[in-house]
Amino acid sequence: MSRAEVVEAPRRGPEAGPERRPSVLWSLGLFRSELITVLRRWRTLALLAVLAAVPILIGIAVRVDTGGRRGGGGGEGGPAFLAQITNNGLFLVFAALAATLPVFLPMAVGVVAGDAVAGEANSGTLRYLLVAPAGRTRLLLAKYASVLAFCLIATLVVAASALAVGALLFPLGEVTTISGTQISFADGLLRAVAIAGVVAVSLSGMAALGLFISTLTNSGIAAMATTVGLLITVQILGQIPQLHAIGPYLFPHYWLSFADVLREPVYWDQLVKNFELQALYVAVFGSAAWARFTAKDITA
Amino acid sequence: MAPNDSAQATDEARDLGAGRRKAARYLVPVAVAGVAAATIGLVPALAAAGDPSLPKISAQQLIEKMAASDTQQLSGTLKISTDLGLPGLGSLGSFAPKGGGSDKSASPDAKLTELASGTHTLRVAADGPDRQKVSILEDAAEYSLIHNGNDVWAYDSGSNQAYHSQRSAADAAKEHGKKTPDAGVPTTPKALADQFLKNVDPTTAVSVDGTAQVAGRDAYQLLIKPKQSGSTVGSVRVAVDAKTGVPLKFTLASSAGGKAVVDAGFTKVDFSKPSADTFSFTPPKGAKVTQDDGKQKQTFKPEQSLPGGLGGLGDAKNTKVIGKGWTSIAEFDTGGKGIPKAGNGKGGGDAQTFLDSLGDKVSGKFGSGTVFKTRLVNALITDNGKVYVGAVTKDALIAAANSAK
Repeated sequence: MSRAEVVEAPRRGPEAGPERRPSVLWSLGLFRSELITVLRRWRTLALLAVLAAVPILIGIAVRVDTGGRRGGGGGEGGPAFLAQITNNGLFLVFAALAATLPVFLPMAVGVVAGDAVAGEANSGTLRYLLVAPAGRTRLLLAKYASVLAFCLIATLVVAASALAVGALLFPLGEVTTISGTQISFADGLLRAVAIAGVVAVSLSGMAALGLFISTLTNSGIAAMATTVGLLITVQILGQIPQLHAIGPYLFPHYWLSFADVLREPVYWDQLVKNFELQALYVAVFGSAAWARFTAKDITA
Repeated sequence: MAPNDSAQATDEARDLGAGRRKAARYLVPVAVAGVAAATIGLVPALAAAGDPSLPKISAQQLIEKMAASDTQQLSGTLKISTDLGLPGLGSLGSFAPKGGGSDKSASPDAKLTELASGTHTLRVAADGPDRQKVSILEDAAEYSLIHNGNDVWAYDSGSNQAYHSQRSAADAAKEHGKKTPDAGVPTTPKALADQFLKNVDPTTAVSVDGTAQVAGRDAYQLLIKPKQSGSTVGSVRVAVDAKTGVPLKFTLASSAGGKAVVDAGFTKVDFSKPSADTFSFTPPKGAKVTQDDGKQKQTFKPEQSLPGGLGGLGDAKNTKVIGKGWTSIAEFDTGGKGIPKAGNGKGGGDAQTFLDSLGDKVSGKFGSGTVFKTRLVNALITDNGKVYVGAVTKDALIAAANSAK
């Protein structure tokens, strides 16, 4: 924040500057300070630690379980890709992402996104943030960008932890895609990175929703609880067969489509639908958050 | 706008004009949502609106075109929706007869039963008569059937199990005959078309019913309709690619109306040569491989997937066919047992309740019996052990039973 003041100190009023260059610099600085604030919180670190622990838990469980009996099976009921882990550690990355995507990852994102504005208001720091001539729109964008960055970081933490555990406990090697064809390990690794990217993008709609809820209240706890509660509600709605008509419009509906990256050739239909749906949620709730935040009375 | 301190904000909020301007901002998300809803609603309608205009051809020419088609290479995505009106075949899977092998083996026939209900997405690839691949896409898993030369592999990525069989002719791949184009036809296409039309003429009306867009390609629609009444089949529609003569879509409509009983069609198709490694398969390390050495012959009889023990009736003596064409009814005499108790002990109770849930008590001149209905195939089992099965309505079954005496 202090960096920002230096850049644009003489200017008054956020809407005044049509110049591009300083505004870009400004936004970057704002984004960086936001991201650092997010990542420095103990809460965030604890969330990331929990996320990193999930693959470790899965890895050890699979290792212990298959210590006695060899061979497949066990694919029933558990998260996808569980059966392949013993043969290729890389599959732990996919299994861990499949296990964390329905609950852990969105919960972490919900906490961070819900906290983004409401948390500042709660601790009374929001008004001070706005004293800096950044403008509310830009501040909101910086907040959203930092939440998106957290989505990516959280996904990468799960993937990296899973890869480390997978390499440690299981053999690595050529990857059999779920279509049955074989690809090299390097190619498999590339697909793992792509999958992490897809998972991060899958969370962007949820992040926008959380940010919008965050602008509605001055209580950080309330915003987080609402966001996570909404996530659970939507997940339940998606499970009810009688409501299958609305299913395709719920943001978690295409989340598991990331597995389509592992088909050979890659099956894009569901992935594209997922991206479209997430973009729609970002557009609707992002603009709703903007409408609310720029028109809101900041009293705390 | 966007004041930096709260006092100013409160002042502005009291200002009516500013308040209105602020309220107007909420129109943005509403507008975005509205545009999205309109797009979702309108795009499919617009896409479906334009039927391509193609030169008119006769049914004869269209069938010639299909017969002359020498497409050997294609890859694409298929969508198959089946609605037989059964209360879910998933529960049936537990006691449906299986061609040998353990419960969760990756053998093809167990898997193919799944295709008989619901909507499935399949990917197909073919390169000549020797190499085909069919994959059923599932959530985060895939079931692939790969035919390459003498090898037939099946791989279920969900359970990491593979099935291998070495056969000269791939029965498994042939079961998907309607999805893969027929290999070269020996006789001339014209003779074939002539013969086909002559054969079906007394019972069936074949016509070209306009055009359609299937998988982004222009196609003619071949309409096949039973001339007889009493059949459960309303019409069969085959969309044939105008350029290559490959069937792209197959729709079987029930005579009772409603959703199509079977609707299978390409959503994406490509007639270029699929890459060779599409058909290469080596089972991944640690995958459980079931070898089929041909000792236990794995013939997939369609009747095996019929509800409960009905499949077993195919072996009953005194089988005869009443009527011909679309309304033909098969009659079996099971020897006076009435509704057969589903054999092989285990799962029999399940089969019984399943049969009862489908059944419908009827009586007529023939006595009394039970009618089992699906949207396509109906069966009448009389109390004195006669069984009538056909793709005909319940009334036609009863009439056949009455006149059989």
